[in-house]
Amino acid sequence: MATEYKLRMGDGKRLFMTKEQIVADLKEGMADAADLGDIPDLSEDEIDKLVEIITMPSRMVGVEQGMEVPVTHDIGTIRIDGDQGNSGVGIPASRLVGAMMHERAFGADTMELGHIDYSYKPAKPVIAQEMQTMEVCQQNMIVPLLYGAMPNMGLYYTPDGPFENPGDLMKAFKIDEARESMEHSAKHLTRDIVWIMQRMMASGSDGVNFDTIGAAGDGDMYASLHAIESLRKQFPDIYIEAGMAGELLLGMHGELEYDGTVLAGLWPHQQAALVAKAGANVFGPVVNTNTSKSSAWNLGRAVTFIKQAVKDSTIPCHVNMGMGVGGIPMLETPTVDAVSRASKAMVEIAGVDGI
Amino acid sequence: MGMPISHIMTSGMSGIRAAGDLVARMEFSKGMRIGEAKDYVAKKLDVTADDLSDEYVMRELREDLGIGVITSVAGAPKGIAAKSNIEKLLDIKINSCEKFRGQLR
Repeated sequence: MATEYKLRMGDGKRLFMTKEQIVADLKEGMADAADLGDIPDLSEDEIDKLVEIITMPSRMVGVEQGMEVPVTHDIGTIRIDGDQGNSGVGIPASRLVGAMMHERAFGADTMELGHIDYSYKPAKPVIAQEMQTMEVCQQNMIVPLLYGAMPNMGLYYTPDGPFENPGDLMKAFKIDEARESMEHSAKHLTRDIVWIMQRMMASGSDGVNFDTIGAAGDGDMYASLHAIESLRKQFPDIYIEAGMAGELLLGMHGELEYDGTVLAGLWPHQQAALVAKAGANVFGPVVNTNTSKSSAWNLGRAVTFIKQAVKDSTIPCHVNMGMGVGGIPMLETPTVDAVSRASKAMVEIAGVDGI
Repeated sequence: MGMPISHIMTSGMSGIRAAGDLVARMEFSKGMRIGEAKDYVAKKLDVTADDLSDEYVMRELREDLGIGVITSVAGAPKGIAAKSNIEKLLDIKINSCEKFRGQLR
């Protein structure tokens, strides 16, 4: 009887597979990425290395000594005092305490301060509180501390915002009006991000983390790229991390361009150049996890995409590896066996500059 | 919480337990890729790139350099003071230190 190894499904459930089945799934996932992104396959040596990582008997694995990379954090301190909606564990603590716990108790390389509603727009009415918290954190912290939030352009559409919902307009076949609504929203989003970061930089922030660029489609990225460009001009030394929401930039508008490139339909390796051109220091590419496939399939696919993004990028790449991205299973408590294997594979095979 | 800690244990540089914060600063402040950032910091600290993730090497060195240590040492530089020493060590500017200096009379 063939030896079976313990793996995970994309939803985290335990799965047993033979080595032949693992190789077949890895190659199928890899081929899917190569086909969609029009990028090269992994080499046979890289596939062998992936198999070796996946079939290691230890519960937790680690990168080879000397290959460690810095880790950046979306959501940041809200993990400590936040509720389940922010993956928080509900420990009553200030954000300063949360940031210092990450630095001194967990060994975090960097940290992030964010608002509990975690989008730029809702931070506006409480900006003085955000500035004061950033000042106090910066006085006490040593590791780089960014201000982070989601661009979340959906908040600018009715019923949450001032512009008519493009989804409603498109349903009525009002395509031009829908596009116009997205363009107006993008301008307001750019303006709000820049306004907030001007104040956070005045409060001593090291910089900004854009978490989930493109969640509302190409307009969301259009607004974010213009905000990055403006911030780089105003603050030449600002740290800017540009993290994506998904692997494929959805063309909700379809015709928006940045630097002569149509944004709709860009894959991670194509997004990298635009993010760098706008002025970001670090790019956070994403590959989504398919919950109906094995961790071998998902990891083969994610490593193939990210390896190309790292190769094509001119700035450091910190791959997104939260719940449901980067080969990590899609559940609230991703298993240590799956997380550590995906983490090791991204560093040793995809060659990421950080996570 | 388990997921970020898993990443830190699997792949991370351990922050101020070792030299993860310094390498991250070079990626962010100068856009250096991981190899270049490690080489730059190692040269400034006069250690090897491998030493940057070695708590044994970095614990004493960080205290000697006054750039912050993971344990709470009374009288040792912390916060802005530690970052001001990091600025000089890495030859970079840190925004919070600039703002602090700007408030001095």
